[in-house]
Amino acid sequence: MKPEGKKRIWSEYQKDIADDKFYFVRSCIRQTFFPGSDTTFLKILREVLGKDVYENPDHTTCTGIGYHTEVVPFPTIQTVVARNFALMREKGYVNYTPSCVTSFGIYTEILETWHHFPEEKEKTRGYLKKATGREFEEPENLAHTSDVLYKFRNEIAAKAKYKLINKHTGKPLKVVDHIGCHYAKMFPSKGVGGAEYPQVLAGLVEAFGGEVIDYPERRHCCGFGFRQYFVQANRGYSISASKKKFESMEPFQPDFIITNCPGCNYFMDRWQYALGEMEGKTYGQNGEGIPVLTYEEVAGLVLGFDPWEMGMQMHQTDVEPLLRKMGVEYDPDKKYKGPNGEDLGKPMSPRFVKENA
Amino acid sequence: MIDFGFAPMEVSVHNMDTADLSLAHWINLHDETFNHCIACGSCAATCTAGQFTNFSFREVCHAIRRGEIKSAIDESEKCMLCGKCTLVCPRNVNTRNIIMLIRKANLTFRP
Repeated sequence: MKPEGKKRIWSEYQKDIADDKFYFVRSCIRQTFFPGSDTTFLKILREVLGKDVYENPDHTTCTGIGYHTEVVPFPTIQTVVARNFALMREKGYVNYTPSCVTSFGIYTEILETWHHFPEEKEKTRGYLKKATGREFEEPENLAHTSDVLYKFRNEIAAKAKYKLINKHTGKPLKVVDHIGCHYAKMFPSKGVGGAEYPQVLAGLVEAFGGEVIDYPERRHCCGFGFRQYFVQANRGYSISASKKKFESMEPFQPDFIITNCPGCNYFMDRWQYALGEMEGKTYGQNGEGIPVLTYEEVAGLVLGFDPWEMGMQMHQTDVEPLLRKMGVEYDPDKKYKGPNGEDLGKPMSPRFVKENA
Repeated sequence: MIDFGFAPMEVSVHNMDTADLSLAHWINLHDETFNHCIACGSCAATCTAGQFTNFSFREVCHAIRRGEIKSAIDESEKCMLCGKCTLVCPRNVNTRNIIMLIRKANLTFRP
């Protein structure tokens, strides 16, 4: 393809990302799975980049999981989302920044619905008024938290303590990225590069000195898929999808996986353990798993944050091999200690996926 | 190994460039209504044989189009030829005749 054609296509995938004054909303499930990631995002924006980020304790779930499993009807979720938008305006913010890819997809879908069907928006206005007495306005800017870190990737890289380079070989770490489907596939033009040109995480990795591997199943679903997992009879389908991805990336011997979706992060991390126990198969080097990191954890590591303060001991697939490759200074004895040194208890080790090989 | 109550599934890949579509072509030649099927499943929903076995005319059509000739021929044996599927088909596919053709093709096409 001619460069002009490439430029024209790429221009369709650009998005406006706010520069400051973010109204931050957390992910429901990530608070349990990887509780340090959202905290790390706030720390990076507030303390490293000096940005204004507001987090409202009155914010609720977007009810996206209930919506996608047909428990929550569309008018209900529109009203819940409208309430969250109303809370943002009440606090004087206009830049909505969800950390969940499902929520990002929900907000995008509802804003698009209101754009094409204004009568839906008016109905929602009525529902919200009756239910809470509130008025709402749409956000001026909607960006996922990975978009925000992508925007500031060079500023973060300039303050980096470490690079994504193997300190033993001096070569860039090989990284496979996985973009959440609800970020990149529902409304591809609303994400940086969409699913066709997944750039949002690749841009981060390249800015931090790593090498992005374009593996064959890069755009395949991670295996979460709400109905695939929540219905136990379908879980075989869920783990099969993850297995397909692992088999696709395995020949490239990646040093870690980076994702921008709470569900993808969780399933690609936990299913490696499950596949190990089911089939005795591991996908990393030396019988280890492939560490699965959130984009905040990667940025935090690069900035020199303590991995245990970022909650990286919560990963089922051990991250210590990666920390050693990067040359990160950390105390292995503090892995399962609380902030005041209290013992948190050590989890049982998997039988097949090696830890600290 | 731990039994979690579920397990990875075998990957099922159909390569249409190498699939054996000889039976599909032969049926088309003798009853072109085969091509009218939109896989709505009305035939399977009304099928008496399907209530007692796992027979489905819709799946038989799928198998033929995927080149799974043996599976299609084996499945066709379950049909009782009652013809109710012909009555409900919104595309007027001559389902009963197609089952008869599959059985007739058994000797020629069975792999």
